[in-house]
Amino acid sequence: MSIDFLVHEKGDGVGVVVVEGLKAGQEITGWIMKEDQTIKTKIVSDIPIGHKLALQDFNAGDTVYKYSTDIGKVVAPIKKGEHLHVHNVKTKRW
Amino acid sequence: MKNKILGFRRENGRVGVRNHVVILPLDDLSNAACEAVGNNVKGALALPHAYGRLQFGEDLELYFRTLIGAGSNPNVAAVVVIGIEPQWTNRIVEGIAKTGKPVTGFAIEQNGDFNTICSASRKAMEYVQWASEIQRTECDISEIWVSTKCGESDTTSGIATNPTVGNAYDKLYEKGSTLLFGETTEVTGGEHLIKERCINDEVRKQFQFFFDRYAKLVDEKKTSDLSDSQPTKGNIEGGLTTIEEKALGNIQKIGRKAPVVGCLDKAETPTGPGLWFMDSSSAAAEMVTLCAAAGFVVHFFPTGQGNIIGNPILPVVKLCANPRTLRTMSEHFDVDVSGLVRREMDLDQAGDSLLNMMERTANGRLTAAEVLGHREFIITKLYESA
Repeated sequence: MSIDFLVHEKGDGVGVVVVEGLKAGQEITGWIMKEDQTIKTKIVSDIPIGHKLALQDFNAGDTVYKYSTDIGKVVAPIKKGEHLHVHNVKTKRW
Repeated sequence: MKNKILGFRRENGRVGVRNHVVILPLDDLSNAACEAVGNNVKGALALPHAYGRLQFGEDLELYFRTLIGAGSNPNVAAVVVIGIEPQWTNRIVEGIAKTGKPVTGFAIEQNGDFNTICSASRKAMEYVQWASEIQRTECDISEIWVSTKCGESDTTSGIATNPTVGNAYDKLYEKGSTLLFGETTEVTGGEHLIKERCINDEVRKQFQFFFDRYAKLVDEKKTSDLSDSQPTKGNIEGGLTTIEEKALGNIQKIGRKAPVVGCLDKAETPTGPGLWFMDSSSAAAEMVTLCAAAGFVVHFFPTGQGNIIGNPILPVVKLCANPRTLRTMSEHFDVDVSGLVRREMDLDQAGDSLLNMMERTANGRLTAAEVLGHREFIITKLYESA
């Protein structure tokens, strides 16, 4: 089965799109690498290759985890399946 | 992985994989003469750069360490140094001469460019013909010092290319190799993971010193949260959102097995085998030049969006896993590990393919960056000249 997105570890709040041309409304297939599991989800934004989709709903102030580690804070609400990037997540450093 | 490669054993016992005769300017003023010699003598390699005048203090020491280190690198067979005046020129010559390799200095004052170029060209010709007869001999793979730094990273770097380097580093560590990583600001968010890997409290303290020193610099000079610089615009285009996310991908390069045995200041040379941290900028050309100055002879460079960097004396082996980047700029890459993101390849196979390319590079295969003429020789400067 071809894979559309990858997740580093179970429990991470984001997946990474690894194919080009994904459009809002598509049902896509992901692979959780560490646990070797396959998951399916529906995306609600167009998401470019290399960019992240939210695997859960987030509120402003929430922490996003990837590699089971804190990668920053949510600054605008994000729905599951939505594009998660610099417009809704910021660094906690500097 | 094979255990032997064919390399150039130098006078001090170190092993190189290239056989350059370098024409090294002491200062910016001497670039023109060096380039003229490089043009006169085929096979000689001029290394023009921007600095060398009125530097002082710690910045001057780093400058000398960088130039002497570059000339001393085992990928260099012999060196001609040209400077505006003889005293600092001789300081470089004497530093490089400690390796036992042939090195001669020339000063321009009281000679002019013409006479200097003439004398230096005769010496360079002698060196090139001498070096051209040096034969490669069988050397142990563990004698090849390997450094790494990633660039124009994206999310595929943390998923695929950086773990590939980590897998190769694990295997090289078990062979007893000398390995290096750095990029001080680019471990921000994952510094606790590096500290856990330090072999003892003394090394942990050294790491913390370098990390805090860089963090203080950022803190004093920043005008924003650095989101316009770190992550870079290319990183953000590639899907990386924050420095923490970038750092966690970056750290995958050090693999899982090797403890950090020591921390080095910029351009310092390791004193034994194992995995070393070197304080450095995360800018590719500055970092790779510092690796060359520290004595490393092969460099692993993972990229996502396609950083095109090379170095004149340190071959840069470039790997990529982003299908779009591989499709649009394929001439820049030596190793394609995009099979990892398609689940067609496992990490062990990816690490082996990188090690295979390392062996071929060590045996003489030119890297993509070498063929394309990427010779970024960029000196790290700490502050203004006097």
